[in-house]
Amino acid sequence: MDRAPLFLLYLNVLIVATCGLIYELLAGTLASYLLGDSVTQFSLVIGLYLSAMGVGAWLSKYITRQLAACFIEVELAVAMVGGFSAPLLFVAFGAIDWFRPLLFGMVFVIGTLVGLELPLLMRILKEHVDFDDLVSRVLTFDYIGALLASLMFPILLVPSLGLVRTSLVFGILNAAVGIWGSFLLRPLMTARRAGGLRGRGVLIIGLLTAGIVKADTLTRYSEEQQLSASIVYAETSPYQRILITKNRTGFQLFLNGHLQFNSTDEYRYHEALTHPPMSAVNTPKRILVLGGGDGLAVREVLKHPSVEQVSLVDLDPSMTTLADRFPPLADLSQQALSDPRVKVINSDAFVWAGQQTGEPFDVILIDFPDPSSFSVGKLYTSYFYRRIHRLLADDGRIGIQCTSPLVAPQSYWCILNTMEDAGFHVQPYHASVPTFGIWGFALASKFPLESEPILAEDLRQPLRFLNSRTMSTLFSMPNDLTRHDSEVNRLNNQALVQYYEQEWRLLE
Amino acid sequence: MNHAGIPEGRFSRRDWLLTSLAAATASRFTGCQQVVAGLTGDLLKPGMTLGHQLRDHSLEAGEAIDATNANLDSDGSVRNVEVAIVGAGIAGLSAAWQLKRSGLSSFRIFELEQVAGGTSRSGTCDVTEFPWGAHYVPLPDVSNTDLVTLFREMLAVQVTEGDRTLIAVEGVSCREPHERLFVNGEWLDDLYPRSIATESDLKEWSRFREIVSRWIDWRDAHGNRAFVIPVAHCSQDPDVLKLDQITAAAWLSEQGFSSQPLLWLVDYCCRDDYGLTIEQTSAWAMMFYFASRLKNSGDSEPALLTWSAGNGAIVQHLSSQFSEKIETSRPVIRIIPGDGRSDQQSVIHVWNPDSDSKETWTARHVIFAAPQFLTPHVLADQPTERIESVRRFQYGAWVVANLHLSKRPASAGAPLSWDNVIYRSDYLGYIVATHQVGSDFGPTVLTWYYPLCDPLPSEDRKRLLAATWEQWAEVILQDLRPVHPDLGECLSKLDVLFWGHAMIQPRPGFIWGSDRPLAAEPVGNVHFAGTDLSGLALMEEAFYHGVRAANEVMAARENSASAGAAK
Repeated sequence: MDRAPLFLLYLNVLIVATCGLIYELLAGTLASYLLGDSVTQFSLVIGLYLSAMGVGAWLSKYITRQLAACFIEVELAVAMVGGFSAPLLFVAFGAIDWFRPLLFGMVFVIGTLVGLELPLLMRILKEHVDFDDLVSRVLTFDYIGALLASLMFPILLVPSLGLVRTSLVFGILNAAVGIWGSFLLRPLMTARRAGGLRGRGVLIIGLLTAGIVKADTLTRYSEEQQLSASIVYAETSPYQRILITKNRTGFQLFLNGHLQFNSTDEYRYHEALTHPPMSAVNTPKRILVLGGGDGLAVREVLKHPSVEQVSLVDLDPSMTTLADRFPPLADLSQQALSDPRVKVINSDAFVWAGQQTGEPFDVILIDFPDPSSFSVGKLYTSYFYRRIHRLLADDGRIGIQCTSPLVAPQSYWCILNTMEDAGFHVQPYHASVPTFGIWGFALASKFPLESEPILAEDLRQPLRFLNSRTMSTLFSMPNDLTRHDSEVNRLNNQALVQYYEQEWRLLE
Repeated sequence: MNHAGIPEGRFSRRDWLLTSLAAATASRFTGCQQVVAGLTGDLLKPGMTLGHQLRDHSLEAGEAIDATNANLDSDGSVRNVEVAIVGAGIAGLSAAWQLKRSGLSSFRIFELEQVAGGTSRSGTCDVTEFPWGAHYVPLPDVSNTDLVTLFREMLAVQVTEGDRTLIAVEGVSCREPHERLFVNGEWLDDLYPRSIATESDLKEWSRFREIVSRWIDWRDAHGNRAFVIPVAHCSQDPDVLKLDQITAAAWLSEQGFSSQPLLWLVDYCCRDDYGLTIEQTSAWAMMFYFASRLKNSGDSEPALLTWSAGNGAIVQHLSSQFSEKIETSRPVIRIIPGDGRSDQQSVIHVWNPDSDSKETWTARHVIFAAPQFLTPHVLADQPTERIESVRRFQYGAWVVANLHLSKRPASAGAPLSWDNVIYRSDYLGYIVATHQVGSDFGPTVLTWYYPLCDPLPSEDRKRLLAATWEQWAEVILQDLRPVHPDLGECLSKLDVLFWGHAMIQPRPGFIWGSDRPLAAEPVGNVHFAGTDLSGLALMEEAFYHGVRAANEVMAARENSASAGAAK
């Protein structure tokens, strides 16, 4: 072999090393993204991958014949397994119960195959190159490849391609290198063997290319789209999947894949939810917030100087302590949940509300996720609202978020009709929140209300969205947001979950 | 026997039950534990020891029943009460409720068990109450006035202000999602396995429902419905009664039904409500299940009234009104009836296990509200004809298990529902005790049901009776593991209860035969209540007979009072 193919073989090493590290990074990212606890996942993946490489290196001594052909075989196998690793794991995560064994099994297989590559290549080349020179060059290119991969992965690949496409693209690259290698190492194998290898290489590239074409369908099943917006926090609590993404404008919280707020415009939502009911009561002292574990509604509540006590009931402790683990949220909520007046209760609001017998609340804010499942739908039933009715002071007010009256009018009015069935008098209102569009709220009381509330003047901090003039405009409903008839949402019919599903499905 | 292409596999799975029992035994002997490590629980057999002693007369210790010394208590004293009620199940408690409403408060209820409730009993733990047997009642028709009164007392139903219709109160009406079915690897809502139904299956399903609708709307010459609760109000037109002559399987076959999903569903419903397969259930009883709950075929399905404690909530409500009059752990071992015409009183011997002695009570009236199969052992001076009839009453055994979970098991597809059924399982699936409380996360209790409906050779029946807790635990986990692979991680305690004679069996010819009316006739001043007198084990039927027996007693008292006044 002359100089030119030798240099090309070193380039081959570079690409192989890059691909190997990319698969490792993919597995680590996927594991920490899907399973949470990124320190543990990355640590496990790296450890397992490196030890598997050791296993590969040890196994290489058992390959004694047809080294070149075996090297190409290994490359094609890496291309296949590594290339399909991310899409396979994404799909498998939702479908199987033995995800961890699959994940770590794949990491081990890829590690072992990659571990075979360099020893084989070095043995192939040792006949042609001085051994000292060989070791120094191969390892140099290997480490350069690792650097290249670790730079490209976060800066270029994940933001532009996403995990699934990155995986597939590097699989193709790996297979292409395999085919190319079959030309470079042509003198070391039979023509028939080389032809067979190339045929298989082309087949693998074809399969991976088909994967790229189908990747869009796949991402619909996974959360990849959110991932491409750069995930900064992920956790699976016993109750829900908590995900925070970040882009140039701010950060976004997702629960079970549903967007809860965007830090750039959440103030519009939370001011609209909080200040109309808070302003409608003379001196609101005892406040109850149901849901809203992010603390953003509580932040607004604490702007009213008369507030003495706030009880926040949220199912998920992972949510109410999120501000501790994700400091930007603590900043955004102004550490509202750490305020001495605030008591956090981690309990199912439905069960909790049935157990309360104490002093009534002056204002109750209901900030649950949208009713997309039965377990959330029960928190919008007449039964639940009757429990809430008992918790509200006679001159108290309720503020409630009720999904979009524009996108889901039947759902919106079902919530209001259900509250009326439970004995409340309800005023609809709305606000524009760019991230969500036109969003719906309602103000409820035990007695008929004559006019809309006037914004309280003695707030501790100025508001960014509401002022005394805009608040009354929230209560004038335009022509496209007028009342719809609906069934009352009851525990035994869960009509709302069905309305909600029908109406939001139209948008997909 | 295989009339209508019966769902295949059940009989092989019966063998499977026996095999798994055997396997569990083997593993116990070899020391290899298959049941989840650290899992504990109890095997309860209510009434079995005391009941079998009663059957074998060992309580009497060979003592001859002699009317002359029968009045003597072990300590020589005699206690008297106006009405003695035997059995504190729904029938006995309902009888007491009706007596109390009618102004009679001198009564006592004697119960063999340590707790009242019979097969409607419930249990409780830190997390929730849970049923040990019956667990729901469909919203009754407004014409069932006594039952409506009871449910209004319990704040379970209310009458709407506008059109005066009866509706279930929201917290008692079963909350959505009601039910789901595990079929082909995932949970689907609704019990009909739509996902595997072919076009011809769906055609049969809708034809079956059309036939049910026709029976719902059917009226005889007097305007009576064919199927209505209570059974006593059903039409006795020969066109309806002829259904009682054949099995459900024979009827399905006659009607040309062969769709597997349909046969499975009908079979499931028969096993669920009657503890019998379609090859064993009377076609009349099968149609009663489908057609008795609706007045008109256009009506929507009635709400189901249910509580965390199941029908234990009804037991608690009734018991609380006269708890001081319920004597638990007091098996009645002998009743010598008064003649019912003169003022001669009945004599009742009650065993007191605490003092290991016999108490003697006298009562002007007795309401026997325990199962009829006990009467040959307990009731003296019955006509032989009655004893023969009662011996033809057949009862089925049930196994009920309560699985205490630290968290909900994961499941693919439809979310955890009130009723969770596995397609083609030999068992009935489970209900979730915390469903009605509205909690959707964290610890709960699942109640798993299994009627032993397959006819077993006596050898196998003995093996089932002798099965240990470990064996039952293994059987239950083998049923549930395939649908909840993570069940082992969630499970903290598993209690199994074996009901020896849980349910009267509506086999062909029984409901509209002559044995049932004969058994309901009073013997002297002993009146009979109990759901077995309807031929169907339903709360509404037990309640109907309890109230009826109490009304009979009140009428008898009025008669004797007016006879006394005439003298």
